[in-house]
Amino acid sequence: MKAIAARRHHRFAPVVLLALALLTTGVLYAAFTPGPAQAASAPTQDDLTAGNNLFRANCATCHGMNAQGRPGVAPSLIGVGAAAVDFQVSTGRMPLMNQGAQAPAKPVIFTEEQIRQMAAWVASLGPGPAVPAPEEVDPAKGDAAQGMELFRTNCAMCHGAVGQGGALTNGKYAPNLGKASPTTIYEAMVTGPQSMPVFNNATITPQEKRDIIAYLQAQKAGSPGGVTLGSIGPVSEGLWAWLLGIGALIGAAVWIGAKSS
Amino acid sequence: MSDESTEVGLPVEQHALPQRFENPGLPEHHPRLTDVDDGAAKRSERIVVVLFMLSALGTIGAIVAYFTVPPGATIASIRLSTMLIGFGLAATFIFAGAASVHWSKSLMNDHEKIEYRHPMVSDTETREQASEMLADGMSDTGLSRRGAIKGAMITAVALAPLGFAVPLIGSVGGDWDISKFRHTMWKKGLRLTHDPTGRPIKASDVTIGSAVHVIPEGLNKLEHPLDEKSKAMVLVIRLDPRDLHEAPDREGWSYEGIVAYSKVCTHVGCPVALYEQRTHHLLCPCHQSTFDISNGAKVIFGPADRPLPQLPITVDTEGYLVAQSDFHEPVGPSFWERLK
Repeated sequence: MKAIAARRHHRFAPVVLLALALLTTGVLYAAFTPGPAQAASAPTQDDLTAGNNLFRANCATCHGMNAQGRPGVAPSLIGVGAAAVDFQVSTGRMPLMNQGAQAPAKPVIFTEEQIRQMAAWVASLGPGPAVPAPEEVDPAKGDAAQGMELFRTNCAMCHGAVGQGGALTNGKYAPNLGKASPTTIYEAMVTGPQSMPVFNNATITPQEKRDIIAYLQAQKAGSPGGVTLGSIGPVSEGLWAWLLGIGALIGAAVWIGAKSS
Repeated sequence: MSDESTEVGLPVEQHALPQRFENPGLPEHHPRLTDVDDGAAKRSERIVVVLFMLSALGTIGAIVAYFTVPPGATIASIRLSTMLIGFGLAATFIFAGAASVHWSKSLMNDHEKIEYRHPMVSDTETREQASEMLADGMSDTGLSRRGAIKGAMITAVALAPLGFAVPLIGSVGGDWDISKFRHTMWKKGLRLTHDPTGRPIKASDVTIGSAVHVIPEGLNKLEHPLDEKSKAMVLVIRLDPRDLHEAPDREGWSYEGIVAYSKVCTHVGCPVALYEQRTHHLLCPCHQSTFDISNGAKVIFGPADRPLPQLPITVDTEGYLVAQSDFHEPVGPSFWERLK
């Protein structure tokens, strides 16, 4: 420090100080400025054309050439946003294989690029929720404990306490969330696919969505209590206890009571 | 039955049924293999020894697992540790039990024994003696002459149970306020807020197809919030107003397609919250009662008997959802007070 103090009257001292101050300000600004909300680049006209062509070839049979929907067959896609397309297509739920109670997740038949193009074209039809940026769905930025409380209130009645899914009416069901990616979970909340209600950013704030995603990711570490038996509650546990547990007890009782040969 | 032949031509013998069944006694005693064959007995002995040794190994295994596989910090290591200790303990008891049973069944004697029940009644002399003693004691007390003692004793005996009964009833039924079952926290102007955060809800933020879980404003600040939450919890749903069919006396209870219904099932009080936004059906997870939200939460399936009570709502000057009043009927399952 003595050496610095001795040179404080040097003629270059103000220049060095100014340079340091600018550097500090620049670094701090870069560190604290939030990144752009949308990581993906804006779609080009080529993307929209390609998306429209993919839509006509794969979706228009049910949803109509202009995505206006057909009553009783398929809903209108105007205003559903890119998030809905990304959710439905990137989980393989769309294109639908056959009409049924529920569109199940299937192997995906499009590339990420094709899905992005279709989503861009559908998003261009009317304003709707966009595909979330990576930091919006980053589980590391969420609080799993807070997420559990929110999940228990808003989601657990259908998806089960740890997201194992459950039955609804007439063959419909709430799917297992074990394999759902953070982006898929986010998109399902903002778009409300199939039977699921919508949880927009006012109902569950973006931070709360990250909390829920963090909670669901934490479930992948497994159950500390041993075999989960499906985590669907007392029915499966009771089934095991009654069939295997009592079966073993009856077997033991018969063995003890039988005469030795 | 006559003694005609049956269809296949076999004669049917006529049996006279005995007045009572004879005691058939014990079946003939058959010696076991281990009783007659020394080799078999030796084999049995070896099996018992092996089973006991497996039990001992189980105990050693549990102790080894305890020291070599510590629970650690991750869920996987805790699970592995407890599982290994558990397997060791299970082996200890299952093999020890199996060894004991096999030992007693194959090697200890298998003589059948009969132990007859003896009569429970004492002989006449003893019984007469006893009743004589009781009568003597009774006349010795002189109760018929000493009325005051009789009265005092009966009073003491009659009062004795109260020492238990009064505190018991006092702590079980300390609260006789039945009206709390009929009313909830909701009142005119009270804001609807998000469960669990307590954020107020703007009507414009509830998009069509949304389901919002709601608690009354200020619930989290109460001393016992769960007591009130169990009655006041509400599900707010926004439907396309074209899908909403409202009873004439309930027009004005909703706000631009936003309806609020009690989340307490009218069957046995489970939180009914499985909302299918396409069909507008609200399903109770406990017994599958299904309510049609587009039609006054009418029961369309399941054991529930009444529609879910509707909370009349509107918006305040700032656009937040508020209650118009309390529920117009008691929430939750039926109870005696509903009868009147």
